[in-house]
Amino acid sequence: MKKKIVSVMMTAVVAAATVFSAAVPAFAADTVKIGVYEPASGDNGAGGKQETLGIQYANSETPTVEIDGKEYNVELDIVDNESSTDKGPSAASTLVSDGVSIVLGSYGSGVSIAASDIFKDGGVPALGVTCTNPQVTQGNTHYFRICFLDPFQGTVLANFAKDKFEAKKAYVLTKLGDDYSAGLGHYFTKAFEDLGGEVVEETFPDGNSDFTSYITSAKNAGADVFFAPTSTEAAALIIEQAAAQGLDLPLLAGDTWDSNVILKAAEGKDVQVYVTTFYQEGGNEDFDNGMKEFINSDSKNLANNGGDDTIAAVSAMGYDAYYVALEALKAAGSADPAKVNEALWDVTYEGVCGNVQFDSENGDAQRDTAYVKTANTETGAWDFVGEQGVE
Amino acid sequence: MEWFNQNLPYFLAGISVGGQYALIAIGYTMVYGILRLINFAHGDIFMVAGLIMVYLSASLPIYISIPIMIVATVIIGFLIERVAYKPLRQAPRMSIMISAIGVSYLLQNLALYITGGLAQQYPAIPWISDTIEIFGSVTKRVTVITPILTIVLVFALVFLIKKTKIGMAMRAASKDFETSQLMGIKINSVISMTFIIGSFLAAVASLLYFSNYTGVVPTSGAMPGLKAFVAAVFGGIGSIPGAVIGAFIIGICENIIKGMGMTTFSDAFTFALLIVILIAKPTGLFGEKVTDKV
Repeated sequence: MKKKIVSVMMTAVVAAATVFSAAVPAFAADTVKIGVYEPASGDNGAGGKQETLGIQYANSETPTVEIDGKEYNVELDIVDNESSTDKGPSAASTLVSDGVSIVLGSYGSGVSIAASDIFKDGGVPALGVTCTNPQVTQGNTHYFRICFLDPFQGTVLANFAKDKFEAKKAYVLTKLGDDYSAGLGHYFTKAFEDLGGEVVEETFPDGNSDFTSYITSAKNAGADVFFAPTSTEAAALIIEQAAAQGLDLPLLAGDTWDSNVILKAAEGKDVQVYVTTFYQEGGNEDFDNGMKEFINSDSKNLANNGGDDTIAAVSAMGYDAYYVALEALKAAGSADPAKVNEALWDVTYEGVCGNVQFDSENGDAQRDTAYVKTANTETGAWDFVGEQGVE
Repeated sequence: MEWFNQNLPYFLAGISVGGQYALIAIGYTMVYGILRLINFAHGDIFMVAGLIMVYLSASLPIYISIPIMIVATVIIGFLIERVAYKPLRQAPRMSIMISAIGVSYLLQNLALYITGGLAQQYPAIPWISDTIEIFGSVTKRVTVITPILTIVLVFALVFLIKKTKIGMAMRAASKDFETSQLMGIKINSVISMTFIIGSFLAAVASLLYFSNYTGVVPTSGAMPGLKAFVAAVFGGIGSIPGAVIGAFIIGICENIIKGMGMTTFSDAFTFALLIVILIAKPTGLFGEKVTDKV
């Protein structure tokens, strides 16, 4: 028996050695790796896939980068963090041990915060694409981000509720234990109360799919707007049940709801949905056409985008993030993560979602406007409402 | 009157979700009654039934998909018992329980693989998904149908167990497994029948549940399954009326707690109840007292 085990192990070792020796030359070619730390399953799977699509499109458009006078192939190393704060760190470790130069992601602030220390210990800089919670970049020098932050987004939404609906009372529904949801809910509440409004706050636990009671509570509270910064999965359920119960309040949400999951849930139903977002389709024609072509070129891409070619703002952000990463590699003049980290501070880039420039304190992009759009329940597309700033 | 109008929706949601828990809980309690096995995969069968419906309705009309979905779910339930539990009949009870946990994760991960982890939109079923108004509160028709259908199915089931031959065999098997075998009861067909009934009810429950809360994900079965399990324990595991009453109590209490504004604690309540019941009355509301024969 023992002999058998030994022989099995020997075979395994030999097999492994062959695989590695075959693989090494491929790595030795001029390749620089960009890690993509995104959810492909779980609560935020839909959004994560769309963000990844943007990155992949950018990669297909510009598959090489010139670093210090030498042409490198850019290889995307994509891992799935499963939208889970306890599974994310191991996906992050995979990236670190694969030797990536920079990491892009993640969609969802909670998983980004969970993986932050792994990247820090591995000495790899990370570039948040659409994680809006302030804690992601706060107090560290390796996590950057190109999107706006929740204190800003929450204030924008509160202003919007006040300006557009003359709301005096808001019902805020957040998910327990979700950093993004709780954070955005908190900043909205604070800003709305500062504007003289009143807020009723409730939370729902993980795995909950019965929102009827929350909708009844919002009605009973006499709220003017229903603010629900949740994942798209919960959003689809909330929209469905709000329509079934004849809730005639406008539903407000942050960037997460900017997804065709929401459009599909709202189509043909009697609901009003308003979201703030990073990019409005039609903002850059070249990008729109190229991205649509990329999505339609492969049935897998189409499935990852939710079955149609509506461009999600997170895809546009992913696209920009990839180019910011390339700029950083060029500026560093090396694929060494530590040098890339240093170079990132001074990178500026004019992307499809606006200008990216990092502040010198936390490495957050400086942004001062958000786009507001509403779901057209007849056509199943987003209608542009306007730009909203902070008073 | 205003108080009534404001609170009726909570109550309606409560009895509706209670009915759905009840249908799942029966599956747990029947299997436990006969095999002394907690079938952890039961909640996932419920989820799989939902997914089957999503995929079938994409290509077939609803009235054909529903019977096919129910038959397919029953077949899956039957096969799981044959493949994962039957070979372990003589093994210690712990092995079969672990096999059940394995099946549960297998189903979840298969669903994750097939769906890609994204929420699948459950089809709107004509008539039962329509919006109706009861005493001024707007809801879906399924909310009202669920408790009625649950009670009808439970009566049918009680009739089956009390009056038919297979029902008698089930009662005998749950009383004494070995002796009933000696008395010429084909124990394997009794067990298969139990799984068939349990899966059938889970399929009906999934139809009702997902019509109300559209959106099926691989973990959709976990929470309802867990709560139905608590309901089964609460009512006295092994007892069918107990499971039904337990499920309604849990469903209604959960929604009343949400209505009182303590939304954060609605799940905590369910599980605190489980602990209290296990401490105060381990056999549950209607559970039989077990005397160990040495």
